[in-house]
Amino acid sequence: MANIENRELIYGLYNDEEDLLRAVKSAKNDHLEIYDVYTPFPVHGLDEVMELEESRLHIAGFIYGGLGTLTAFLGMTWIFVKDWPTIFGGKPYWSVPAFIPITFEMTVLFAAIGMTVTFYLVSGLGPGVVNTQLDPRITDDKFCIAFDKAMVDSGDVEMFFKNTGASEVNSKNI
Amino acid sequence: MSAVVSPIRKPLVTGNKTYHQITEDLISPTEKAPTKAWLIGFILAVSVATYGVFCIIWTIWVGIGSWNLNRTINWSWDITNFVWWIGIGHAGTLISAILLLFRQKWRTGVNRAAEAMTIFAVICAALFPIIHMGRVWLAFFIMPYPNTRGPLWPNFNSPLLWDVFAISTYFTVSLLFWYTGLVPDFATVRDRAKGFRKKIYNTLSFGWTGSAKHWQRWESLSLILAGISTPLVLSVHTIVSFDFATSVIPGWHTTIFPPYFVAGAIFSGFAMVLTLMIITRKLLKLEDYITIEHIESMNKVILLTGTIVGVAYLTELFISWYSGYVYEQFAFFNRALGPYWWSYFGMMFCNVIAPQFFWKKSWRRNVTLTFFLSIVVNIGMWFERFVIIGTTLARDYIPSSWSLYSPSWVEIGIYIGTMGIFFTLYLIFVRVAPVVAVAEIKHILKSGGNQYVGEGAAKAHHSSEH
Repeated sequence: MANIENRELIYGLYNDEEDLLRAVKSAKNDHLEIYDVYTPFPVHGLDEVMELEESRLHIAGFIYGGLGTLTAFLGMTWIFVKDWPTIFGGKPYWSVPAFIPITFEMTVLFAAIGMTVTFYLVSGLGPGVVNTQLDPRITDDKFCIAFDKAMVDSGDVEMFFKNTGASEVNSKNI
Repeated sequence: MSAVVSPIRKPLVTGNKTYHQITEDLISPTEKAPTKAWLIGFILAVSVATYGVFCIIWTIWVGIGSWNLNRTINWSWDITNFVWWIGIGHAGTLISAILLLFRQKWRTGVNRAAEAMTIFAVICAALFPIIHMGRVWLAFFIMPYPNTRGPLWPNFNSPLLWDVFAISTYFTVSLLFWYTGLVPDFATVRDRAKGFRKKIYNTLSFGWTGSAKHWQRWESLSLILAGISTPLVLSVHTIVSFDFATSVIPGWHTTIFPPYFVAGAIFSGFAMVLTLMIITRKLLKLEDYITIEHIESMNKVILLTGTIVGVAYLTELFISWYSGYVYEQFAFFNRALGPYWWSYFGMMFCNVIAPQFFWKKSWRRNVTLTFFLSIVVNIGMWFERFVIIGTTLARDYIPSSWSLYSPSWVEIGIYIGTMGIFFTLYLIFVRVAPVVAVAEIKHILKSGGNQYVGEGAAKAHHSSEH
């Protein structure tokens, strides 16, 4: 993914998510372009202050679910009406109520598998993916804001980290 | 500080934890050498599982004739055990999905282990119908796929086929939900590990970085998976109950079955979660994360669902009398006073009377009593399924075909063996993954930690100001 182009990141670590939220807000006010923010857990309100767009995963999920519904319902219809019509207990070939449970299950199955696979694909995650970690403590108790050195003035960024109370400032090539 | 300071709300995480301490407490059990208790438990579980596998192979080699089924009682321990395990497998998704939608934050302490339990219980459950098919090597015939036999399709009107779809969907969705929750925690384990261990956890964590966008999508995915799992979990046991309810057998042919099975499943699932969590929290010293509050909350669910099950039993009895239908009346007379009266009595006592102890607050908060009663409930729920299946079939329409049944050593062996398989998988899980969801506990710390809520709140709240 990002390994294709060599980026140099300058990043600061914060000890608390409240500090992080304040820092992200002030970076927005200073018009400093944030490369990414890394946290050990989902911090509420972070996507709003970062002005991240809402995830469209639920739309994808709806489409996958619809595909599942159609696959199951049309599949059973074709099999029992056209391919191999069978009479069960004198009922019509096209016995819609009996198709409901399987149609429902397939809707859920398609939505779940589709969304999960989409999530890993669009996020560039998956078995065997190796992403450079800026700091091992980010998955423990540190909250990190990273800037791309090519996009910002390093003097400004250092001032910014100092003013917002970052506990450490480092840089790394990814 | 924007965290909620509440003198009323009870803390969900005790011990004034910092984020780092949470990592330390929850990840370190996977890093240390196994304890003696774990080793003994593991050897025991593997031995029992091996015996179960032997009995399964014996069944396949000799045939279903090695079981004590007969023409009258053509379903018994196998389907009883299947329904029992599936029921146990309901708590995990209920805790992680329905309680997530209801914003019950106490779920974070137990959801990981409960979901793992769900997956292992479904594996145990699925074994029984597969073996019962007889020719297991042809089990794939139940899947609809274009084949050279016609093509010959399965019967989509059959509840047994609905069950195949329900259970395989339930298993897959639970697995995806569980694993997606584990990915960030595996990343935490990875970032503390070295060498080969780091490599393994790097693969398991899918290269997770903790990027804000990933977290946003991750939360969105979790919420939607929870949303679709909620009707799913209700549908699974509903469909299991259809196996009986759509038949014409007196005692099975009732519309009360779906809600009654779902309530029973939640009831037995929570009982199993309590049994496991009380042992786990003690052995892994997780008392700060799985607190008495958690146990009390689960006991309230047990009390509610146990009472629903009780009402269902009584409704069934009333309706069978009120229907004026002699076969239905006989079926229930036979359950309560027939040759298997003791299993009906066991069911009533364990499922309806035993949970009533939990009306008393101090008993709900008593760990020893809870542990004991959780096992009683598990036994009671097994009796319930035996009453429905074995007892009902033993006395059918024609007295000349009435029969009795007791399990053969092979049937007992397979049942005990599935418990071995279940505990083997659970013990492996405890060693390789954090038993409590690390990121989710950190997420609720400021709204649920005892330095922010409860009695000690003001003091610690002040000291965290900086």
